[in-house]
Amino acid sequence: MNDPFWLIAIKGVVVFVVLVLLVLFTIWYERRLVAVMQVRPGPNRNGPFGLLQSLADGLKLAFKEDILPRTADKWVFLAAPAIAVTCAFTAFAVIPFGPEVSVFGRTTALQMTDFEVSVLLILATSALGVYGIVLAGWSSGSTYALLGSLRAAAQVISYEIALGLAVLGVFFQSQLLSTGGIVDAQAEGIPMQLGGLEITLPGWYFLILAPSFVIFVIAMVGETNRAPFDLPEAESEIVAGFATEYSSLKYASFFLAEYVNMVTMSALCVTLFLGGWAAPFPDSWWPAANEGWLPLVWFFGKVLAFLSFYVWLRGTLPRFRYDQFMRLGWKVLVPVSLVWILVLAAMNIGLDTGNDLPTRIAFAGGAAIAVMALIFFWPTRKPYEPPEEPDAGLGGYPVPPLDLVVPPNPRGLTELEQRETAGAIEGGTDKGKEEE
Amino acid sequence: MIAELAQTASTGETVAFWILAPLAVGGAIGLVLARSAIHAALMLALTMVTLAVFYIMQSAPFLGFVQIMVYTGAIMMLFLFVLMLFGRDSRDSMFETLRGQRFLAALLGVGLAALLTSGLAHAVTGLTVAGDPAPGQGNVPAIAEELFTTYIFPFEVVSGVLTVAAVGALMFAHVSRRGEARSQKESSRERFAPGNYPGPKPGPGVFATSDSTATPALLPDGTTAAESLSEYVPPRQLTAVEAAPKPTEGREER
Repeated sequence: MNDPFWLIAIKGVVVFVVLVLLVLFTIWYERRLVAVMQVRPGPNRNGPFGLLQSLADGLKLAFKEDILPRTADKWVFLAAPAIAVTCAFTAFAVIPFGPEVSVFGRTTALQMTDFEVSVLLILATSALGVYGIVLAGWSSGSTYALLGSLRAAAQVISYEIALGLAVLGVFFQSQLLSTGGIVDAQAEGIPMQLGGLEITLPGWYFLILAPSFVIFVIAMVGETNRAPFDLPEAESEIVAGFATEYSSLKYASFFLAEYVNMVTMSALCVTLFLGGWAAPFPDSWWPAANEGWLPLVWFFGKVLAFLSFYVWLRGTLPRFRYDQFMRLGWKVLVPVSLVWILVLAAMNIGLDTGNDLPTRIAFAGGAAIAVMALIFFWPTRKPYEPPEEPDAGLGGYPVPPLDLVVPPNPRGLTELEQRETAGAIEGGTDKGKEEE
Repeated sequence: MIAELAQTASTGETVAFWILAPLAVGGAIGLVLARSAIHAALMLALTMVTLAVFYIMQSAPFLGFVQIMVYTGAIMMLFLFVLMLFGRDSRDSMFETLRGQRFLAALLGVGLAALLTSGLAHAVTGLTVAGDPAPGQGNVPAIAEELFTTYIFPFEVVSGVLTVAAVGALMFAHVSRRGEARSQKESSRERFAPGNYPGPKPGPGVFATSDSTATPALLPDGTTAAESLSEYVPPRQLTAVEAAPKPTEGREER
């Protein structure tokens, strides 16, 4: 990328503005979508459809009193939100929004910057961004905040491994570490012969690398501290976790960082697995769909779909318990990704890299189906055997017998009878009316 | 030679160097001078990140980002995790137990500095700029090829040593479970066994004067509830002033 300085500056400002606007929109969108799921209206007062609600909340937060706890470690306390926000914004610089377009007479890619190992930049900034959360909790000088930051540290270390291994699958497949290159590598479809019928599958990696994709999505939710993995700020357990002692703009910056991270991780997932800015249909349908400014629509559409997925998770799943969460990370995600990486490496060697994609898909699909079947039909439970003797309890404590038959309530019986007779009469009259 | 090398650096690189070099050195000095262990760890993290940026500037982006991810992201985070468990107020003791330690440390420090300087100076003089080792091939494939062909044996040895160290750490940290794991049914039976009160134990006393967990709860007759006392927290005896009933503001004491 050889952009002049002014173009890089414009791109930087645009990325920043887009992110801030997206965050304002995402907060509103999340609240409205969760409201739909919970059958209530959601914010609908400020602006059309309540669109200005997050702006109003942000303004209100900015004018709140800025509190510095007496027990806080001052400089670390002030630096923590800055670290979180800076790292969150930096990561978005390498996400490709679209193909090459002409800006003021210069041809340039819709991407702030790209280099040989740009995916690693995102992983590195997300690793550094945790410092913001951990230091915030430690410097607050409060127990809840410290617990929150301890959880955050442990959580991110564990889920970063799974995330990295999932991304490794993409590196294996594309043999590239740059975001732009990975998007280009996914552009070509895979021709397949299915019973004489030639089908072109999209070359997106979520198909070829299905296990990596699933692991990445799970680890991504863990990495961004979102429900059901929002243990560092579990409000029902530790108040607001690491952010308990923060107020005003500092609190708002943690909020901002969290939502920017959500957007970044969604964008990274779209870039790595869902073809980036490519249109979600074959080229032959609409050849101009992947040129000019139009891919922005596909890209942000996919990111929005991912954000909806985040909201859906939040609206559906209860928060994990901490040990369950750690067990999922270390005993499921990491071993599964290690095995998958081994399988992928074996396939890459055995099939002479990239020549026989349909066979590879068959392999991957077969493996995925086998894993699914294993999960579904794994004999986890012994079949229920009724006890030979009724449980007499302990020490004469009155325990109802296991084979207890509850007799029907006599009042309920009479009510049932009455309803039946009334129904019979009504049914009879209805029939008579229909006949008329 | 060094002066010649410095001449070839671009303006951007020079500016970045003079911004980052003080940060790196300042971080290293701060690491030594910081009283709190966490501050020292943060200074070390700062130095590591700055070094990573230096690597990136020297067109070794892969090495730079791996440095950030592995050292700053994982290893320093583990350090922080452990240090945070020690509590915020723990500081290094400045009391000297070894006689003449300061003098010896200064002497050895100067010696080490002299050794390092002379060694580095010897190593750096007569350097030739190698340039891109594998032009057009890229950073990552070049490193991978070297690592997995020429240096495969040291690489495997290092990975073996690391694995042994990790397993050893696990062995040290592993604590076998005390007694058998109880099933839900067993613990429920134990709870409802005769002589045991099945309900939750009373919490600590929370009064206007104290909300400490060391404050025992009071029964209706004014005696302390024995179950509310934790076996780990010593109970606190209220002073006479604290125990006395407090008058409410704006109201006559009855």
